Amino acid sequence: MKESTRRKITSFSLVSAPFVWILVFLFIPYIVMFTYSFYVKKYPTFIPAFEFVNYIAIVSDPQYYQILFRTARIAFMVAGSALLIAYPLAYFLVFKIRSDKLRAALYMAVIVPLWVSYLLRAYTWKTILGSEGILNSLLVWSGFLDAPTDIFLYNQFSMVVTLTYIFVPFMVMPIYMALEKIPGSMVEASKDLGVGPFRTFLRVTLPLSMPGVIAGATFTICLTFGDFVAAFLVGGPNGAMIATIIQSQFGATLNWPLGAALSIVMLVIVLSIISLSDRLERSGHIDLG
Amino acid sequence: MKLSRSQIQERIGDKLLSLMATGAMLFLYIPVLVLIVFSFNDNRSLTLPLRGFTLKWYEKFLSNTDMLTAIGNSLYVASVATVITIVIGTVAAFALDRVVFPGKTVFRRLVLLPIALPGIITGISMLNMFKLMGINLSLETVILGHATGLVAIVVTQVFARLQRFNRRIEEASSDLGARPWQTFCYVTLPNLRSALIGSALLSFTVSFDEIPVTFFLTGRDNTLPMYIYSTLRRGITPEINAVGTVIVVLSLGLIVLSVYLLRESAKE
Repeated sequence: MKESTRRKITSFSLVSAPFVWILVFLFIPYIVMFTYSFYVKKYPTFIPAFEFVNYIAIVSDPQYYQILFRTARIAFMVAGSALLIAYPLAYFLVFKIRSDKLRAALYMAVIVPLWVSYLLRAYTWKTILGSEGILNSLLVWSGFLDAPTDIFLYNQFSMVVTLTYIFVPFMVMPIYMALEKIPGSMVEASKDLGVGPFRTFLRVTLPLSMPGVIAGATFTICLTFGDFVAAFLVGGPNGAMIATIIQSQFGATLNWPLGAALSIVMLVIVLSIISLSDRLERSGHIDLG
Repeated sequence: MKLSRSQIQERIGDKLLSLMATGAMLFLYIPVLVLIVFSFNDNRSLTLPLRGFTLKWYEKFLSNTDMLTAIGNSLYVASVATVITIVIGTVAAFALDRVVFPGKTVFRRLVLLPIALPGIITGISMLNMFKLMGINLSLETVILGHATGLVAIVVTQVFARLQRFNRRIEEASSDLGARPWQTFCYVTLPNLRSALIGSALLSFTVSFDEIPVTFFLTGRDNTLPMYIYSTLRRGITPEINAVGTVIVVLSLGLIVLSVYLLRESAKE
């Protein structure tokens, strides 16, 4: 065999292994899910069809679109509160910590929880916020309350707190990287021109860090859309999120076509948010050359 | 000496900022501490005040055979999924770095999609395909799901390393008479070592703790997070805190090691 043919075969097999994998386990499943979304539920399972009934149900039945709105509202609240916590922290790490080693260590301490068990991080908030939980027993024990209250758990508040806690690292990471890229000379220049530190922050630092803020908000919003674990643990009976509804279609409710259609809707929402933020990031991008 | 207005502003700002940063760190770590402290607390209910030190919750979970089976299942799933994802991911990273082929952009987008999309979508789409093909759900289908979702982690890390890799070393090796596979094993791979080990540790931890994909792809066997998830229906016990403490401490260790290795690989 000629050397060139052999090299071609080698490079072909090099590419084909992951290509086949991605085709079989990623691309085809999406196509199947898309196909199922046009099928029709029929007891005990479903039958092939090409109908829009599932999509029509999603836009016409308040049960579905209200939960979509609710999920979106919680997602924005989570992104907002994560931003309020993450921005000062990232700013502090980048500009106020002088030692490189300490900064790296603290940054690691912030990022590492990101990869640690999602379930347990949500679970611990359930134990803190419950009516027989840690916060309540602390308040009763210390005399702030006469009897435990159930206002902390199973509502929008507990959802936002828990999801914010889980996603804060996703917010810190891009903001930290954006702040790190800002040259010290820009801030110095603003100071030399007699601009106070607060206005320097508003006019120079904040605008330059916007790409990080947008990236962080995108992460948190998209991930909140996919959450059903925190909803199960701290959401309570009225705490269903869109992912909870999808999940139940494949379990107790057993309506796979509707579940597939809802998944497609979620997919479209998430992909639109990602491409919108891509565009925002690019249009807001200031080239520092 | 009188302070100027902007100096005063700066001092107040600094105080406020360090206060907020401290608050944020407390917010991140107090829940972890709570999880750990209550795993040693001698009280069935998770309430204050603390009632004294005990190891009984650890004894209890170590004698819970369902939980031990679940741990075994999780170790099996995470190890096999990591091996598959490392092989597929490394080859994909090489292909993206070195080979020109049609549809490369589409391929890259598809590979990286599971990072951006919620896990539930990966889980449901694969569930739908397995159903269509008549494949029964088992730990093996979970492995396929995890490997597919995790490939993106390996691809990004190994690709980043390859982009900075100086190909001249490979040329030197082949000029000195090494065969392609020798160059690959003795020159290329050792240079990728920290990227590979780092992303393997990360993949292992993520797979061990994974819920959204596992939820849809598992059959009768439970992984550890799925077992915990199902017991939480019946309420919370300090036993969950005990197993949770072990998971969190081990995961933290593995992730710190992995982040350290990946950072080393970025410096090389």
